Amino acid sequence: MNLAEQLPVLPVIIPLVAAPITLLLPQGRAPHLWATLISWLTFAASIALVRMVNDTGLISYHLGDWAPPLGIEYRIDLANALVLALVSGIASVVFAFAYRSVRVEVDPRQSTFFYCAMLICLTGLMGVTITGDAFNVFVFLEISSLSTYALIAMGANRDRRALTSSFNYLVMGTIGATFFVIGIGLLYQATGTLNMADLHDRLAGQSNRMVEAGFAFIVVGIGLKLAMFPLHLWLPNAYTYAPSAVSAFIAATATKVAVYVLIRFFYSVFGFDFAFVGHAFTYVLLPLGLAGMFIASLVALFQDDVKRMLAYSSVAQIGYMLLGLSFATVEGLTASLVHVLNHALMKGALFMAVACVVFRTGSHSLQAFAGLAKRMPVTTWAFILSGLSLIGVPLTVGFISKWYLLTAAFAAGHGYAAFLIVASSLIALVYIGRVAEMMLLREPPSEGPYAIPLKEAPLSMLIPMWVLVAANVYFGVRTDLTGDLATRAAEALMLAAGGAP
Amino acid sequence: MDGWIDFALGRYNYWIAIILMMTGLYIVYERGNLVKKVVGLNLFQTSVFIFYITIGKIADGTAPIYIGGELEHGESEGEPAGVGPLHEAPADGANTLGDSAGAATPDLADKINNSEPILHGKIANDFPANDLKAGLESLKSPADTTADASLHAAPDIDAGKIANDALAAVEKPPALALDLADPAGLHGADAANAAHNAIGAAVHHVSEVTYSNPLPHVLILTAIVVGVATTAVGLALAVRIREAYGTIEEDELEAIDNIAEFGEGAAPAGAAS
Repeated sequence: MNLAEQLPVLPVIIPLVAAPITLLLPQGRAPHLWATLISWLTFAASIALVRMVNDTGLISYHLGDWAPPLGIEYRIDLANALVLALVSGIASVVFAFAYRSVRVEVDPRQSTFFYCAMLICLTGLMGVTITGDAFNVFVFLEISSLSTYALIAMGANRDRRALTSSFNYLVMGTIGATFFVIGIGLLYQATGTLNMADLHDRLAGQSNRMVEAGFAFIVVGIGLKLAMFPLHLWLPNAYTYAPSAVSAFIAATATKVAVYVLIRFFYSVFGFDFAFVGHAFTYVLLPLGLAGMFIASLVALFQDDVKRMLAYSSVAQIGYMLLGLSFATVEGLTASLVHVLNHALMKGALFMAVACVVFRTGSHSLQAFAGLAKRMPVTTWAFILSGLSLIGVPLTVGFISKWYLLTAAFAAGHGYAAFLIVASSLIALVYIGRVAEMMLLREPPSEGPYAIPLKEAPLSMLIPMWVLVAANVYFGVRTDLTGDLATRAAEALMLAAGGAP
Repeated sequence: MDGWIDFALGRYNYWIAIILMMTGLYIVYERGNLVKKVVGLNLFQTSVFIFYITIGKIADGTAPIYIGGELEHGESEGEPAGVGPLHEAPADGANTLGDSAGAATPDLADKINNSEPILHGKIANDFPANDLKAGLESLKSPADTTADASLHAAPDIDAGKIANDALAAVEKPPALALDLADPAGLHGADAANAAHNAIGAAVHHVSEVTYSNPLPHVLILTAIVVGVATTAVGLALAVRIREAYGTIEEDELEAIDNIAEFGEGAAPAGAAS
């Protein structure tokens, strides 16, 4: 058995097998080291996959040697190879980062369960991304969601509201997943297949009520999972009360994977032959994307809790991704993919900076950030740099995203959208600026709950955080790396969907 | 009007699924009690199970079984060829023409072929072995043709005609079997009996051929596992919420959180527990 032949399955198998082993490890450092090692191995396998796809093109791996469309197929093209590398890359950074943060925020007795759940969550996210089988997407989606519910609830050690927000997420997430299954069922009824490529072939020319209903169920179901603007209600609380490391991980990965699934279904399963896709772009994604950008940004402006502010900002950023998608051009799709990657980098770094603050002050309220530049300068600058990236300042990845998005908006004839993108970026400037002002210009409180003498966060947290901050700058300068890959991925998707190149 | 009523009644399981789905969603939305919400969620998921079971029944469908020839992956439906009902369906199950033909044909063809010399040797004059073979050939053909066709498209054959042909061909064997006292002939008699039974069952059901596609059932088993896991996590959360707050009524929970955040003054967000 050649390892290279089995490479496509490794990013899913490694964390899946490792997760139960975590439970057997003694409490303390061991589960963390084990999970970190596994996430690095997964990342290495994903990078190898990206290189392989880059060299040889589409990879189709037949699970158990059952040829598709009968068997389950792992189908890897550039688009999902990039998302795979992103998810495992964020995991390898966040897992390394997590130890100290988790030790203060999560009940020590739960530490083995915590890392086990993190690995299961990673498995689910990787599986959703890699699979070419529509029902498999549901199964992996629920694997990752179920572990996420548990992970969010572990924040209850610090704040019991984690429990209710986890419960709300469970209810909404389950409704979303069930809608998705109904959609898959309707498609199966119409075509008799579950393989995505096969679905695409068989759906060609079919445009009856059943397929349309299936499409609607899938879009709403995934919309719930990715926190599309009016369906985002679960997200702010879940991100706010989850343990900080969990917030950093799921904010950077879970919604991105859901966006990828949406792209996959729009482009690879339905395609432009299916008239509803065009309608969904024009009448659903475009207005909801724009509304999300603005309304969520405005709500973020008035939050007194930095984590909640970042959570609302996530909803707004998802608006950008949907907006790029809705242009239905290669440029728009490229912008979406680039922003999926870049937003993960900046949100990961921002949530990790907040985790450092929580580690020292015990709070993520805005008050806790007062005068932080004097006490935790390294963390402060990490926050400010990734905040600049979120706003879209040149030399950061955020600028690249905005650049692609603006180009796409003009090319698609949506000049007003370009204006709105810039305007909503200014709102981001204000809410990041509020925190920056608090950190840089205020005096550290001399009394009250945050007056304790503070020192910098430990190196085990600072180093992974700065790795992500450095990635924000590096990929902001070396635009050819992500931009070119994303462009080629978008061209391939567009070709498969039968749209204009 | 009649057509409309038939349309509605003929799809009653879809109505059940829709009603359950709406009931479940309404309970999730309307009830403040967390456990009741979980129950509503379960109801909602159950409706999807029923929906999947419904789409597993295919009128005029048949099992994707390959008899002879190469296994072709390309055209068949979403389940591995050869591991379908052929291995699972009991031989007497014969619910459908497809099943009975599929289950009976290979065995029978073997038996008849084996017994042919004996039969010809003993009572060559009026035993319809050749007719039986011809009947079986025509029985085989639907299995062959439909194996390639889509599961969801009605097989493009006249099932009734084939079954009648086959029945005509094997009309005689039961009577004949009584005459066959010679042990050597019993083999042929068994085969003929089996053929008669199978085809009789097929003819009986030929008016309402419904094939149960196993794949949606497998899918829904997976979904049930996911549903049970979700219920377990949901209930565990409800228990933890009750431990932390002392209630599982949503409005009371909100009130408690509001008091914790605003009512008692400057309590920072982290100090609620």
